[in-house]
Amino acid sequence: MNENMRIGQEAVEAKGWWLAHKWLVLRRASQLGILAAFLAGPWFGLWIVKGNLNYSLTLNTLPLADPFILLQSLVTGHVPEKLALIGVAIVVGFYLLVGGRVYCAWVCPVNLVTDAAGWLRERLGIKGGAHVSRHARYWILALTLLLAGITGTLAWELVNPVSMLHRGLIFGLGTAWMLVLAVFVFDLFVMNRGWCGHLCPVGAAYGLIGKVSPLRVTAVKREACNDCMDCFAVCPEPLVIRAPLKDAAKGVGPVILASECSNCGRCIDVCSKDVFSFGSRYNNAASMAGVAQAAPK
Amino acid sequence: MESAKKSVLAARRQFLLDAARMAGGVGMLGLGVGLYAKQAKALPPAAIRPPGAGTEQDFLGACIRCGMCVRDCPYNILFLAKPEQPIATGTPYFVARSGPCEMCEDIPCVKACPTGALDHKLKDIAKSKMGLAVLIDKETCLNFLGLRCDVCYRVCPLIDKAITLDLRHNERTGRHTVFEPVVHSDQCTGCGKCEKACVLEVAAIKVYPVKLAKGELGQHYRIGWEEKQKAGGSLVAPDAEHKYNLPEGMHYESGKGLSSGPAPTPGAGVDSLQGVVPNPGRNAAPAGNMPQNIPGGGLSSRMTDDAPR
Ligand code: SF4
Ligand code: SF4
Ligand code: SF4
Ligand code: SF4
Repeated sequence: MNENMRIGQEAVEAKGWWLAHKWLVLRRASQLGILAAFLAGPWFGLWIVKGNLNYSLTLNTLPLADPFILLQSLVTGHVPEKLALIGVAIVVGFYLLVGGRVYCAWVCPVNLVTDAAGWLRERLGIKGGAHVSRHARYWILALTLLLAGITGTLAWELVNPVSMLHRGLIFGLGTAWMLVLAVFVFDLFVMNRGWCGHLCPVGAAYGLIGKVSPLRVTAVKREACNDCMDCFAVCPEPLVIRAPLKDAAKGVGPVILASECSNCGRCIDVCSKDVFSFGSRYNNAASMAGVAQAAPK
Repeated sequence: MESAKKSVLAARRQFLLDAARMAGGVGMLGLGVGLYAKQAKALPPAAIRPPGAGTEQDFLGACIRCGMCVRDCPYNILFLAKPEQPIATGTPYFVARSGPCEMCEDIPCVKACPTGALDHKLKDIAKSKMGLAVLIDKETCLNFLGLRCDVCYRVCPLIDKAITLDLRHNERTGRHTVFEPVVHSDQCTGCGKCEKACVLEVAAIKVYPVKLAKGELGQHYRIGWEEKQKAGGSLVAPDAEHKYNLPEGMHYESGKGLSSGPAPTPGAGVDSLQGVVPNPGRNAAPAGNMPQNIPGGGLSSRMTDDAPR
């Protein structure tokens, strides 16, 4: 119905610019804010955070460690010191609650790159490209662990664009920009949402952590959906939306339970009918009657 | 019925095909990364790991490339390797010639390391083994040329332990002494201060990863004098004392030949071997031209095999 309209234009008209971009703006603020906190030290001598996303120490007290890299390190046979273990526990605990791939949408610097590629791809109307299963990332995740075991080193770190970009921005980029550019070009020309949506094992690992997270996006007002398909177009993981949005008749609840959802909230922004909102995984009764019964409590 | 069976078969076929394709693709990726990782294990000679790092193999599994050690080094000598460098990307290193380790007493880099890739058991920086200094070019080292540069020796935080000046005759002039800087691997920490301080255009003394710099005896080798010390005495039957079987009343002296008369006092003659090893009491002191106040423990302690190293 809106073939000539840009994604989200209907929402802007219906809700105004801010409500049609709220979560996007907040998300960018989070990504850039976290990056700024890391950069304040090396750039201005303001040591709020030391380290990088693999491990960091905030205000000299709060340790945060990346579970994926520590798991690889464990597989090589090294048991880390206390600080790293505390850091991992905090991080895992946090993402267990808010959704694992919140890391992807709200923290990871590569998301800025791949989102830019996705945006440009849409703008330029580039269609098609290579097809790979979205399960590939879990295979690659398994591969990284296998490599760690076989080589006894953190082999994936030699090519991991996530840590390369983040570490590079803070400690000196060197030629890491080439790898980042490669990811951009890959997403732009070769595969739609190729890196984050199909291949990245970091995102896959965080996705697994978020399998049971209470905080989820939910299509509470799904009966208001007018099939504009903007949410499908804007979502980096469109497969996660279909069933909760469309399969009410089959008894599927409205909550997006798939752990690939990164809780980015773009679908919330872009929907002119306000079908989506953040909610709890447990408010997932299939019929609206069920929701109505559960709500007054 | 038939068609349902067919479609099940087709689906199964498709599934197997997809799985094979995935395994193939991911396998190729793994092979590529694996081979690259194997290459990346070779640490170039100029890159020295921070104190407390284990073997390169262990370090590459333990270090999560966080850079905390880099941040907490007060002298800012540590860097994280960039992808274009021949060091595993993201791992910390320093280059002795441009910035050696200052051997902080509290070892902040080790304390900062969250994983223990820099071993927290290292409490005494003098016990660290970052690398090993080697006086690699004896043709340009000024001390070898007969001068008294001594700079590497003087800057060493473990002066007279990790590096000593060993004296020997200057064959070229015929009447001077060469003060040879000698590094002792059991003490040298590999901090690289000597390499940094070397006054030459290109340092004659360099620090290398221990694996590159250190030789190793065959497992079955035993060093006689060490075994002797351990055992508290000789392990083989002592040699029978040399004796001339001469007619009664005669004795032999080199140069003079046979003569009659009483035997000379033991130790003064050539038939005692004691005097062959130069002995400071006899050679250096009376000559008067050897410096008495030699840095490095002085001559006397160095001239015998028993000198502590
Ligand atoms: S999928 Fe990977 S690169 Fe993309 S946002 Fe998540 S962690 Fe970052
Ligand atoms: S001991 Fe001191 S100077 Fe040496 S690497 Fe560690 S922090 Fe830096
Ligand atoms: S602090 Fe430890 S884990 Fe972090 S980069 Fe340094 S050696 Fe590696
Ligand atoms: S590297 Fe040089 S300065 Fe440092 S301990 Fe060894 S000999 Fe001394």
